[in-house]
Amino acid sequence: MKRMKNGQALATLAAAAALLLGLPAAAFAKFNLPPPQSPIAQQIYDLHTLIMWIIVVVFVVVFGAMTYSIVMHRKSIGHQAVPFHENTTVEILWTIVPFVILLGMAYPATKTVLAMRDTSNPDITIKATGYQWKWGYDYLTGEGQGIGFYSTLSTPRDQIDGKAPKGENYLLEVDNNLVVPVGKKIRIITTANDVIHAFWVPALGIKQDAIPGFVRDTWFKADKEGTYRGQCAELCGKDHGFMPIVVEVVSAEQYAAWVGDQKKKLAALADDPNKTWTPDELKVRGEKVFAQNCVACHQATGMGVPGAFPALVGSPVVLGPDAVQISVMLNGVVKNGKPTAMASFKELSDVELAAVMTYTRNAWSNAGKAKDPLIEPADVKAARK
Amino acid sequence: MSAVINTDGHGHDDHGHPTGIKRWLTTTNHKDIGTMYLWFSFTMFLIGGVLALGIRAELFQPGLQLWRPEFFNQLTTMHGIIMVFGAIMPAFVGFANWLIPMQIGAPDMAFARMNNWSFWLLPAAASLLIISFFMPGGATAAGWTLYAPLTVQMGPGMDFAIFALHIMGASSIMGSINIVTTILNMRAPGMTLMKMPMFVWTWLITAYLLIAVMPVLAGAITMTLTDRHFGTTFFNAAGGGDPVMYQHIFWFFGHPEVYIMILPAFGIVSEIIPAFSRKPLFGYSSMVYATSSIAILSFIVWAHHMFTTGMPTTAQLYFMFATLLIAVPTGVKVFNWIATMWKGSLTFETPMLFACGFIFVFSMGGFTGLVCAIVPVDIQIQDTYYVVAHFHYVLVAGSLFALFAGVYFWLPKWTGHMYDEVLGKLHFWLSMIFFNLTFFVMHFLGLAGMPRRIPDYSPQFTDFNMIASVGAFGFGLTQLLFLYIVIKCIRGGEKASDNVWEGAKGLEWTLPSPPPYHTFETPPVVK
Repeated sequence: MKRMKNGQALATLAAAAALLLGLPAAAFAKFNLPPPQSPIAQQIYDLHTLIMWIIVVVFVVVFGAMTYSIVMHRKSIGHQAVPFHENTTVEILWTIVPFVILLGMAYPATKTVLAMRDTSNPDITIKATGYQWKWGYDYLTGEGQGIGFYSTLSTPRDQIDGKAPKGENYLLEVDNNLVVPVGKKIRIITTANDVIHAFWVPALGIKQDAIPGFVRDTWFKADKEGTYRGQCAELCGKDHGFMPIVVEVVSAEQYAAWVGDQKKKLAALADDPNKTWTPDELKVRGEKVFAQNCVACHQATGMGVPGAFPALVGSPVVLGPDAVQISVMLNGVVKNGKPTAMASFKELSDVELAAVMTYTRNAWSNAGKAKDPLIEPADVKAARK
Repeated sequence: MSAVINTDGHGHDDHGHPTGIKRWLTTTNHKDIGTMYLWFSFTMFLIGGVLALGIRAELFQPGLQLWRPEFFNQLTTMHGIIMVFGAIMPAFVGFANWLIPMQIGAPDMAFARMNNWSFWLLPAAASLLIISFFMPGGATAAGWTLYAPLTVQMGPGMDFAIFALHIMGASSIMGSINIVTTILNMRAPGMTLMKMPMFVWTWLITAYLLIAVMPVLAGAITMTLTDRHFGTTFFNAAGGGDPVMYQHIFWFFGHPEVYIMILPAFGIVSEIIPAFSRKPLFGYSSMVYATSSIAILSFIVWAHHMFTTGMPTTAQLYFMFATLLIAVPTGVKVFNWIATMWKGSLTFETPMLFACGFIFVFSMGGFTGLVCAIVPVDIQIQDTYYVVAHFHYVLVAGSLFALFAGVYFWLPKWTGHMYDEVLGKLHFWLSMIFFNLTFFVMHFLGLAGMPRRIPDYSPQFTDFNMIASVGAFGFGLTQLLFLYIVIKCIRGGEKASDNVWEGAKGLEWTLPSPPPYHTFETPPVVK
């Protein structure tokens, strides 16, 4: 009830301010934090209201005194100076009273801090990764585990450049929303790929820096279904202003349906086990696999790094029998009983392994030199056992 | 104070000193150097102001109209660096140069040649900052806080900024050593520490802060430099470093820096309020203790700038409590000023208007500081326009208004002429109105969710941004009026008496207006 009263009083104050500025009455919401949509956001909102009222009271008392003095103690109305310059009682009083007021502010704030930092027992955990300049989301645990996608600004360039009228959610819209179920505890783990970003959704009361090389976490539980919009809050370079966050809170059923859709899409992206691959298809696919997994050590030129990572060009393993290369890919290279930098890549699919080996046998100056230029997925499958 | 001043008995003016450009290049005179500091900082203030107007022009309406985002980021970054290191800090050093020797009855600063060197480093550093705009990739665009690892992505403009900050830091450290030595060793007989004017006290404490923290900044930006060029990984997790460590080091400098920019302002206001209240300063000793407490507390609150980085909960709570504690001594200062005015015999010439304006508007910045100190609320408003509003309330309405107040207060002493009172009052009222027009609405923008440092925004924020932009241009143009007033006063005007203001107390008022080139060659005796 108290909360309501404060809210109403604040609205009155905001209305007065709005009238002063000559703005339409509908614009009240603009003078305050956005309407809170989670328990923590609600606590923050109330805390802010409480502190604003304390400030208003202190303001009136202190500047009331100053204004009184400015009006009543002027030389122009003949006021004579009374040259006092200390009063121990008053000085002790105005040291202690602010201290007590501060304690009154610190107590509720501390309770909220403890609540907002408690990220234990989440229903769903999602990793949000900041990129220059988009967000990547990976559902790590809970319903929807395994889903992952990027979320990029979807406002057309023409709107930004003023060549087209600006849409309703200008700069606050993305291609893929972060979808979560209503009323569940969602833990967001933040990290970043390049520089520091910050994951911020005002209505849900969360802001957490996303720091490259480290993980941090925060949580929210949305009260109501709806779409809540936020932005990156840490300067992250050129397009810092163009990487919004859109959280779509849906019912449990809608969420389950969304998860089903996403899983189907993921499955569609996986390779069809019954497909027959032509050598050219394998080479094209293999080049991509190489770029994702091999290029850091063996280099785009296939020449490796002398002394550290062997060249693939002219390598007897690459140009020799299928079985040897397949074994290296599945088991890695072990020297003197110790594993080397060439680790096992058995987590890649049969198609991916076959493709990348076929690629290495036909790329660079290896073309035409291998006895068997083609390794098929079936060969890898047979070697796995 | 019945100091006997014999200024004509042994004037060095007769001995002849270089004139023209050579006078300014080679001068070791604290008044000349003070003048140069003040003109330098005003020039940088105008440059930084033009950058700010570039920001406000782009933000007048949504969409990208004038600048590309990468240049917009350069504007915000360089506006911050130039205003903090080029405008506000040197302006206070200019005041220190002019006033400290005259207020403590010393003939000059302790290290006169080093004083010259501290000043002439600044134009070099400023040139580096300006030139950096013309480097490939432009000036640094990483924000004035220069957070890693964004700094690693910047072009050579970043190295220019780092070098400029190093030079400015060296200048500040030398200036501070000079000030500390002068105050501790060259006070007139009878002037004990607890008889010093408040301005001298606040500068003594500020100088210690500078000596303590400028090397910390130098360390942070040197690590940035080696991360950029020499393969170190201080702030790169891939090499065992930590980007957040940069923030800890930076803010260990940065928070005391905030007080470096406000304590001398407190000093100026503490001189002006008693003068126009025709009463002694209320609670002189509690003012000294409050200033010292603020300085000490400033070293243990740095991480309140970093509540969203994800520190331990106990650390968040500790930094919140420590930050709230600063409100106590700051409150004491405000109460003391109002108690000084209480039952005084008040007049409101321009310095007093700016001083009263300072108390009023600076306190609003103090209030929003309390809001920002509350961790959960800060989570919402950190890195938004609310914070932009907050620190402009303390830095523009705080430091800058106090500087204006000080200029009007001592300008008649410095030049020997009264400034134009009508224009001075106009300057105050225009500054006050346009300042609030610009920055008050930014509180609402921040609460509603507009992040800072963005070149384009959602249309819901349009009306407040338009108001802020109009206010900013008004505020900027008003400062040209200030320039006119100062030039007019230097060139002529009603002759100022020695005491200038009826209620002004202190050794500087015992000197003629303008004071001769060398003053207090024979120390006055303070009873």
